[in-house]
Amino acid sequence: MTDLIQMIVSGIATGSSYALMGLAMVIIYKTSEVPNFAQGEMALISSFFAMMLLTSFNLNVYLAFSLAFLFAAVLGCFLEFAVLRRAKEPNVLGMIVITIGIEMVILGVVSWKFGAEQKTMPFPIDPYDSLFIGDIFLKKLDILTLVSALGLMVVLFMFFRFSKLGLAMKATQQNSVAARIVGVRTNRILMVTWGISSLVGAVAGLLISPTIMHPYMMWDPMLKGFAAAVMGGMTSLPGAVVAAYMLGIIENLFGGYISIEFKTVVAFVIIVAVLCFKPSGLFARHYVKKV
Amino acid sequence: MAGLLDVKNIETYYDLVYAIRGASFSVEEGSITAILGNNGAGKSTILKTVMGLIEDQPDKGSIEFDGVPIQHQDTDAIVRKGIAYVPEGREIFKELTVHEHLLMGAYTRKDRSGIKEDIETVFQYFPVLRARVNQWAGTLSGGEQQMLAIGRALMLKPRLLILDEPSLGLSPILVREIFAIIKEINKSGTTILLVEQNANMALSISSTGLILENGRFVMKGRSEDLREDKDVKEFYLGIKSETSAKGYQRWKRKKAWR
Repeated sequence: MTDLIQMIVSGIATGSSYALMGLAMVIIYKTSEVPNFAQGEMALISSFFAMMLLTSFNLNVYLAFSLAFLFAAVLGCFLEFAVLRRAKEPNVLGMIVITIGIEMVILGVVSWKFGAEQKTMPFPIDPYDSLFIGDIFLKKLDILTLVSALGLMVVLFMFFRFSKLGLAMKATQQNSVAARIVGVRTNRILMVTWGISSLVGAVAGLLISPTIMHPYMMWDPMLKGFAAAVMGGMTSLPGAVVAAYMLGIIENLFGGYISIEFKTVVAFVIIVAVLCFKPSGLFARHYVKKV
Repeated sequence: MAGLLDVKNIETYYDLVYAIRGASFSVEEGSITAILGNNGAGKSTILKTVMGLIEDQPDKGSIEFDGVPIQHQDTDAIVRKGIAYVPEGREIFKELTVHEHLLMGAYTRKDRSGIKEDIETVFQYFPVLRARVNQWAGTLSGGEQQMLAIGRALMLKPRLLILDEPSLGLSPILVREIFAIIKEINKSGTTILLVEQNANMALSISSTGLILENGRFVMKGRSEDLREDKDVKEFYLGIKSETSAKGYQRWKRKKAWR
């Protein structure tokens, strides 16, 4: 019994980092209908930037992290402005390929600058520092990740539901011509979206970096986050988070009871199953066109 | 003759198509001006050019709003000057509610209390929208969507309201209703520029009419005069002057406008 609970708890912990990446992807998808495959690497370079500030410049942890978040936001805005906006007559497929290109460039830059070996991130919380509740142990870092994921979900949900900018973002996604004719600067909206999304991704990156830190560290969380976003319906923030936790838990249980080798594959089996039975995702609320 | 909107000799290319071939017109403040023309004459293109929706166009010519040139500006900058545009085919946000639409219409405004008042005004023009206030716009009927598009444009408190075929796909009763409301909006002080296929309806509410053919204006005048004009009658109002014994027209007054 303790084993089962322990596995579920660890599943929730891994689910949290998937959730953060899922949120980041949903935000961009919500405004531009482009799944951003560079999401993981944008988070990667932000985490390495934070590490650089901490180790080479000996900055205070909080200052370094704030600068890393700022860096992430600026990076997101910059990529939208300098790369995606330049695409002539863009279509979704072309945009996806561009994001994959960005991903490879960033990956290359990070490997070249910092090397491919495992680094250590001087994080204020030791990644193996745990609490015990009965027989169950909880890593303090995991608790922090869980709180950040849920907190960011609530903040972003409120933002899209109640703020004027959030409304303009939704409007831009649904009909960008109509958004322009009510006076929305749609280009700027997209840029801000990329900034916010990159920032959320950077939170995930920084919370993953104490445990693993090398150029491929974001691969798994990014793909799983994407999987969660698809399962949640791609436009639903709570959907992505719930799906991310489901993925984390199922994956862990599968790894514990059935096969540790196929642990990471199970996520994609679940996606296929979900897309077969509910193609619009588990939580998407979509207007279905009447014939 | 400086009007509220002065379009001088604009030429517009739609990709490689030379769509507007030197068109000039002016919209007097407080008037309803109607642009009529066949399919493909370039009516919508003129409006899109004015709104800055066609990239890098107009190729030539100038567009002045209230004496200030607005050609080659971004759409949002043009909108902020007080021009609202109801596009052809409504262009609503399918998954935003009616209320959210009206808020989006007032996107460029800052006065919260004024926005609330204007939402009420829109509901007075279109009571049916009040009943649908929390419904997604995609679930509305075509007529309701058209009303919503007009309501959204009104939320800008525009000085000039540009309407592209408000009668498109609506039942005759609804068309009459919408035109009555357009007239009312005009009476409350908004200048209106209207593009229509329904020439009869458009000429009945407008004060000035313009006829566009192949990217050029071929006729302009007071709407009453246009309605009596023989060419206009034959081409647009479908009134025939002479018929043969078998019931079809034997000759045309003209083959084309020029």
